[in-house]
Amino acid sequence: MIDIIASVVILVGALFLLLASIGLLRMPDLYNRMQAGTKATTLGSILIFLGFIILNGDNWSKYLLLIIFIFFTNPLSSHALARAAHFMGINPILDRESEISPRDDLKTEKDTEAES
Amino acid sequence: MNKLRFRVPLVIMVFGLWAILVLPITTPKLIIGVVLSVIFLIIPFPGAEVYGDLKFSFKKVAYFIAYIFYFLWAVVKSNLDVAFRVLSPQLPINPGIVKVKTKLKSSLGRLVLANSITLTPGTITVDIENEFLYIHWINIDTENQELATGKIVQGFEKYLEVIFG
Repeated sequence: MIDIIASVVILVGALFLLLASIGLLRMPDLYNRMQAGTKATTLGSILIFLGFIILNGDNWSKYLLLIIFIFFTNPLSSHALARAAHFMGINPILDRESEISPRDDLKTEKDTEAES
Repeated sequence: MNKLRFRVPLVIMVFGLWAILVLPITTPKLIIGVVLSVIFLIIPFPGAEVYGDLKFSFKKVAYFIAYIFYFLWAVVKSNLDVAFRVLSPQLPINPGIVKVKTKLKSSLGRLVLANSITLTPGTITVDIENEFLYIHWINIDTENQELATGKIVQGFEKYLEVIFG
């Protein structure tokens, strides 16, 4: 019984990782690829570790530590990537029809500062 | 010597991590952990002042536990949202960078807020400037800065304001 529950949890985690890779292929630009690629992996790997905890309860503390480690490092790396990409001048706005006009607050502010 | 006080919460956290790592805990492991923690307390290193913002109270611990559950719920919810966007054929995204304002004063609180926003799928903190955060949002659905603040920041802020001030 425990095996089945653990397998289901690990399978759901693997499903989220699969969704992340599909997102990497489908998204149109760098920022959105990061949204799909770096974040879905958080929940995916946490679910997989949770499955390990259910399967192998003796080592729960090590897996918990791995989950904490992911929680601390994942946002730092994705923030650094996004920031570097923005200062490289990669435009986050897409050319497409939408009701609300997309915008880039960071860029407009930096431009007005440079002009003044 | 006044600076030593700032490092106490950090040392407690380091000792907690050590305790989790070496469970089940025995006397030799405990002694090694205490010795390492004391060494950490004495060796000076830059950036430790940040942890001086932490002050212990039972209300804060209760809010922190509530925050963990709220945060996990937010992660699951937005993960499903992004999964839906990835799978749907029209790819319903409207990305851009929005500027939101935070009420949090302490730098540690802002750090945790920015990391929480980055960890929830659909939003990445690109830059942070004093009390303003620049957030890449996968689906901008409002033109208004206050509304965007309410949607992204305020859920986390409610808890973090009590924990970090």
